[in-house]
Amino acid sequence: MNKTVFFGAMTAAVTLVAGAASATVLDEVKARGELNCGVSTGVNGFSAPDSAGEWQGFDVAVCRAVAAAVLGDPKKVKFVTTTGQTRFTALASGEIDMLARNTTWTLSRDADLKFTFAGVNYYDGQGFMINKAMGVSSAKELDGSTVCIQTGTTTELNLADYFKANNMTYEPVPIETNAEAQQQYLAGACDVYTTDASGLAATRATFADPENHALLPEIISKEPLGPLVAHGDDQWADIVRWTMNALVAAEELGITSANIEELSKGTANPEVDRMLGSSEDDLGAMFGLDKQWAKRAIAANGNYGEIFAANIGESTPIGLARGLNALWTQGGLQYSPPFR
Amino acid sequence: MAMTSEPSGSSFRLSMLIYDTRYRSITIQILFLFLFMAGFAWLVDNTLANLAQKGKDINFGFLGSRAGYDINQMLVNYTNDSSHARAWIVGLLNTLVLAVAACASATVIGVIAGVLRLSKSWIVSKIMTVYVEIFRNVPLLLWIIVIFAVLTEITPAPNAFRGENPTSSMFFFDSVAITNRGTYLPGALFDRSLGDINLGIVSVSTNYIVLIALIIASIWGYRALQRKAGVVQEATGVRPVTWWKSALILIAPTLIALLAMGFHLEYPELKGFNFQGGSYLRNSFIAMWLALTLYTGAFIAENVRAGILAISKGQTEAAFALGLRPNRTMNLVILPQALRVIIPPLISQYLNITKNTSLAIAVGYMDLRATLGGITLNQTGRELECMLLLMMTYLIVSLMISGAMNVYNNSVKLKER
Ligand SMILES: N[C@@H](CCC(=O)N[C@@H](CS)C(=O)NCC(=O)O)C(=O)O
Repeated sequence: MNKTVFFGAMTAAVTLVAGAASATVLDEVKARGELNCGVSTGVNGFSAPDSAGEWQGFDVAVCRAVAAAVLGDPKKVKFVTTTGQTRFTALASGEIDMLARNTTWTLSRDADLKFTFAGVNYYDGQGFMINKAMGVSSAKELDGSTVCIQTGTTTELNLADYFKANNMTYEPVPIETNAEAQQQYLAGACDVYTTDASGLAATRATFADPENHALLPEIISKEPLGPLVAHGDDQWADIVRWTMNALVAAEELGITSANIEELSKGTANPEVDRMLGSSEDDLGAMFGLDKQWAKRAIAANGNYGEIFAANIGESTPIGLARGLNALWTQGGLQYSPPFR
Repeated sequence: MAMTSEPSGSSFRLSMLIYDTRYRSITIQILFLFLFMAGFAWLVDNTLANLAQKGKDINFGFLGSRAGYDINQMLVNYTNDSSHARAWIVGLLNTLVLAVAACASATVIGVIAGVLRLSKSWIVSKIMTVYVEIFRNVPLLLWIIVIFAVLTEITPAPNAFRGENPTSSMFFFDSVAITNRGTYLPGALFDRSLGDINLGIVSVSTNYIVLIALIIASIWGYRALQRKAGVVQEATGVRPVTWWKSALILIAPTLIALLAMGFHLEYPELKGFNFQGGSYLRNSFIAMWLALTLYTGAFIAENVRAGILAISKGQTEAAFALGLRPNRTMNLVILPQALRVIIPPLISQYLNITKNTSLAIAVGYMDLRATLGGITLNQTGRELECMLLLMMTYLIVSLMISGAMNVYNNSVKLKER
């Protein structure tokens, strides 16, 4: 066989394969009938299977809302567990369609790792948890301590910077998963556990003696956590982004899982009608979905406030206050652009 | 008939490439080589095309940029301001330290267990059989995790050593502390230290250089003394008394140097959150070391046993007939011959240890896989580059080990004269 002919054929074959692979994520998900959503290996309140084996949590709710919008059924999600180290490879390789795993939006993850963040579902910061018996009341007193830290996270880099800036030393104990960190921390193999403050609160809530563990007052970084998708398919990124926006806008507009059926019969507010698909406007068609996509997304788990309250809010053992995550109308940062 | 079977040479037809046995094997080999290369080219081309489609390139520039993360165990200077390349070296050295320590201890354990498994004592040989079978038949990763879990769960936290009535105490006159983070041992301290030589990546203590130089010089002096005594013995038939001179040459210089540098032991002491001072072996290291030693030791034991069994019984009987005692028979007759059988599989056990160190991630030991192949890979997103470097590094290390072991093998193997 002639060499050039051979390589010509080869290139053609590769382009064919690549061409076949470049169908949109939306088409793939629809054809598959299931959304592959990357979540953590288990952070109570954010993503963890319940006693019946059903995935529950604040991040899980995002996956379910997207599945409801795209496939019409919030149950059609395959949850893929990822660690701090494996999550990005899983997303970049297409093993998962989206990642909702307490992941911080940073410039390098956006521009260098080539991911698109669909927004922020939890504004967080990095904190420290320590046993009250150690008698420590500030992170500035942690000089010489042994710190449990998940590898492959932003928190590992913040930790290094914080101790350097404060002229302190520490001994890092690198750890793969939250469960492992919890076990090491409770065994006393490390003095302090540091990660996103929400993650600390969630972890502490599973302890037998949560009252004996304190979160130190210092929050040493900004950790805007949100779902993300791979670069290269803007339509898919838009779908995930606007599903999130729909949840926030629903809270702002007073759409709840209780009244959504009632409201979708038609209201005096044109924006509500546009969102719920009860007017002439067809917003869903703009990214390949039907008119009722947002209605289904909201109906899946309720609006943003309902999801927050049910999974991590003050009435749950995790007990997080809305704080920065209140709506902008209530002094928080959660804000959705208009549905128009 | 004779005419047709004679190759004429002048008329070569293409079909002969397939039907003529003289050419057929070459044709097939060339075809396979071509297919192999085409397959390889396709893989490379596919990778590059897919990377380009994702907007990614292959670039090793990240190695020079700031790593930003801390590593707990480092043999060379490293801070979070150092480069990713430096973190790679730190990881490599951690891998090598673990591999060397585990190879040495696995060999010792393996030889002892292998010899004892052939013991005439029923109890001893059965105990060794149980050891070998238990460790050979459970995956290494499980041993690593079990040992690490035992170390963390049953040993006390540093906190237990605190206060008026501590629940735990140190061993050996307060010199050793075993905690769930690691074991703290006394370390050497020099009051009149000669300082460090800073070589950029490493700073080496001049004290140790001086001590090592003195010890080498002492051994050389001792050898010279023995040789002179030998010459005198050859000439006069009487061996001069040398024991006090040998003792002096061997011990005195090092001792004087130690005194001059003000050597004393530094004991670990609980200060703040942790013990400070002395030297520190992390539990992650101990767990890896123990697990690799016991696991690979079981395989080496089998190699040793096979090597010994390969030496015919006649050799032992001949040695006994010459009046050699059993352990001298083992040391002088059996083992030297058995080594020829033992060493080749031993090389592959050493390679196994080196590669198995990459399981260290399970217990958070910061080896090559955890630094370059773990945190660096994850923070920079350079999967392909990091994996290529990682494979290359393990390959080079393995080739060096087998090269060195082959040299040793050639030096002990049967020399035919
Ligand atoms: N936000 C940080 C850290 C994320 C992180 O790893 N958080 C932990 C604790 S909240 C977690 O989700 N662990 C889940 C797991 O171990 O699977 C990042 O994106 O790098």
